[in-house]
Amino acid sequence: MTETAGTDRPGRPVRRRRPRGTVPTGPVRASAHVCQAASCLSASSDQVFDALVERVGEAGLTDVAVKRVGCLGLCAAGPLVEVPESGRLFERVGPDDLGGLVGELRAVGAGVTPAPPAPFFARQVRVATENSGRVDPEDLDDYRARGGYQALERALHSMSPAEVVDQVVRSGLRGRGGAGYPTGLKWTTVAKAPGTPKYVICNADEGDPGAFMDRSVLESDPHRVLEGMAIAGYAIGASRGYVYCRAEYPLATARLKTAIRLAGRAGLLGAGIADTPFEFHVELRLGAGAFVCGEETALIASVQGGRGTPRPRPPYPAVSGLWGSPTLINNVETFANIAPIIRNGGDWYAGIGTPSSRGTKVFALAGRVVNTGLVEVPMGITLREIVYDIGGGILDGRPFKAVQTGGPSGGCIPAPYLDMAVDYESLAEVGSIMGSGGMIVMDDTACMVDVARYFMDFCREESCGKCIPCRVGTTQLYTLLTSICEGTADMDDLERLERLSDMVKHTSLCGLGQSAPNPVFSTLRYFREEYLAHIQDRTCPAGVCPVANRPVDGEEVLS
Amino acid sequence: MAIATTVPPAPSDDKRWRIVETRMRRLGQRPDALIEVLHAAQEAFGYLDTDTMAFVARSLGVPLSKVYGVATFYSFFTLKPQGEHACVVCTGTACYINGAGGIVSAIRRGLDVRPGETTTDGKLSLLTARCLGSCSLAPAMILDGEVKGKLSAEAVVAELETL
Repeated sequence: MTETAGTDRPGRPVRRRRPRGTVPTGPVRASAHVCQAASCLSASSDQVFDALVERVGEAGLTDVAVKRVGCLGLCAAGPLVEVPESGRLFERVGPDDLGGLVGELRAVGAGVTPAPPAPFFARQVRVATENSGRVDPEDLDDYRARGGYQALERALHSMSPAEVVDQVVRSGLRGRGGAGYPTGLKWTTVAKAPGTPKYVICNADEGDPGAFMDRSVLESDPHRVLEGMAIAGYAIGASRGYVYCRAEYPLATARLKTAIRLAGRAGLLGAGIADTPFEFHVELRLGAGAFVCGEETALIASVQGGRGTPRPRPPYPAVSGLWGSPTLINNVETFANIAPIIRNGGDWYAGIGTPSSRGTKVFALAGRVVNTGLVEVPMGITLREIVYDIGGGILDGRPFKAVQTGGPSGGCIPAPYLDMAVDYESLAEVGSIMGSGGMIVMDDTACMVDVARYFMDFCREESCGKCIPCRVGTTQLYTLLTSICEGTADMDDLERLERLSDMVKHTSLCGLGQSAPNPVFSTLRYFREEYLAHIQDRTCPAGVCPVANRPVDGEEVLS
Repeated sequence: MAIATTVPPAPSDDKRWRIVETRMRRLGQRPDALIEVLHAAQEAFGYLDTDTMAFVARSLGVPLSKVYGVATFYSFFTLKPQGEHACVVCTGTACYINGAGGIVSAIRRGLDVRPGETTTDGKLSLLTARCLGSCSLAPAMILDGEVKGKLSAEAVVAELETL
């Protein structure tokens, strides 16, 4: 295996546990980006990387760079290797099956125009994930080579904290964790809040089942999140930040730890950042498997080492948060958007998307769709474009039934709304939410009553038990839904279900309980026939529930 | 809340206590480091028993009731010893839609173990997770730390039987 010191700075001891690939000493003619995010790693992309380094060495291709990168997006087809010079993406690459790839690397010449990207990529606009699949997530120099930490330096050297906040306000960025609260407004509130010290918290407790945007951003480009946090710290006057990451993401936490260490050593975190008096320390806090900790007051309780139970708001964390101090809590993806906003200006960001929902949104596309993976699209794109143009349509050519957004707090959107623009308001209008970005596509094999029951089971288990409407209400709702699925419910139960859902929604303490009935509301709104089929005809149209033992002949799947 | 000034001796001369003690020292013995310390203890011993929780409580200066409260609140912590192998089946939405329920029931039938339990021979612990974030590989599971995706119920049972 060859390793050259091309990127090493002179006079600096370099400690590397594993060679970081091959880096030619001269100009790079071609490069191979080997995905090292969790999905591809689980398909042994680390072995592909090692084998490719060896094969490129054997072939004497001294002007070819082989690099580990973060998520290339099309996770379903991993391990993925991209040759950016020719624009070709190699799918399902095996360590013993590198002939085509090495041939491509040999053939790519200077001045080659890259092939037009596949439809999966063509419709995407990358802001938060602009470096995913391009930088080595464990190499600070690589991030800096792509403009990394320049936004932080610019903010520190030539902008006042108020100017930084102003750019974020102008960008129109809204919280990407799900609720869509205007980020600029939150920053303004915390900046103005009396009391010191102030804190910055990055919410990386991505608990929604079916969502993996934050994991991918942290695994692919951890420095970008740290840079966003440091800029936020400067803007609001905080010198300490915490990343609260779920323990289920070992690779993301490992890469974050590496990034925090490297940035600290390079003087980009810690005391005296970029030769200014500004000081910002970041600590990593691990969650321990509690969905409710995504709620900001529960998250704060957990960072403080206690049980993650929420408390009533106000006071909001912006006024009284961690240790009772003003605290800024933003989601991973929100922080990932900050550096480009500062670099290119808030107006640039506001130019993407729709008037009420600016910018882009990362979605985790999964379920019964051909191209599962991570996509970043401008706000205002239609669901049809996401599911059919980017996602490649439904698996096995089956009919589309619904797309579920927002996880257990969201809803199911049926086919008539496929041409609806995706933004915060439209999704709310049809009874779902933007949520953190999980998008599960369902076909006619999914029973919507069963889906509602599935999410209620989730909320029932994840309810922290502090308030009664959520603790008891979700369990009762689950029992009602189960009896509908099993064909033992009557029409009175359906009425009870609706009444109780309404009660839980309006009386629960935090977002978990308040939004727990959403899947019930949306499935009742669009798929009421399925509920009636279970109750009156004792059949499950999709053939999922136990009542489906005797499906009625000719029963059409309702959509 | 008082910060413990003296560190109690470890419950035994098991070397793994050193890992827990080091972690506590690095975190400054602060009460708010409780979750981090429990992570370290579970990593070292595989589960949290009463001795461990009592030791952590004394070392950090927090009541044992609080340590117990935290250890039982979070699903990641377990108070029971785990089997030789751990199989975590994802039951997140994407996996659910793609048949994770069938995998869990197949394991239950094939190896006679329910989620959250360990086989009688102590070989395998079966766990379920709410979402592993590997939705592209649905249905997915983690077997001894390694993510495996696009599973079928038969293949999983066959693989687990050879452990």
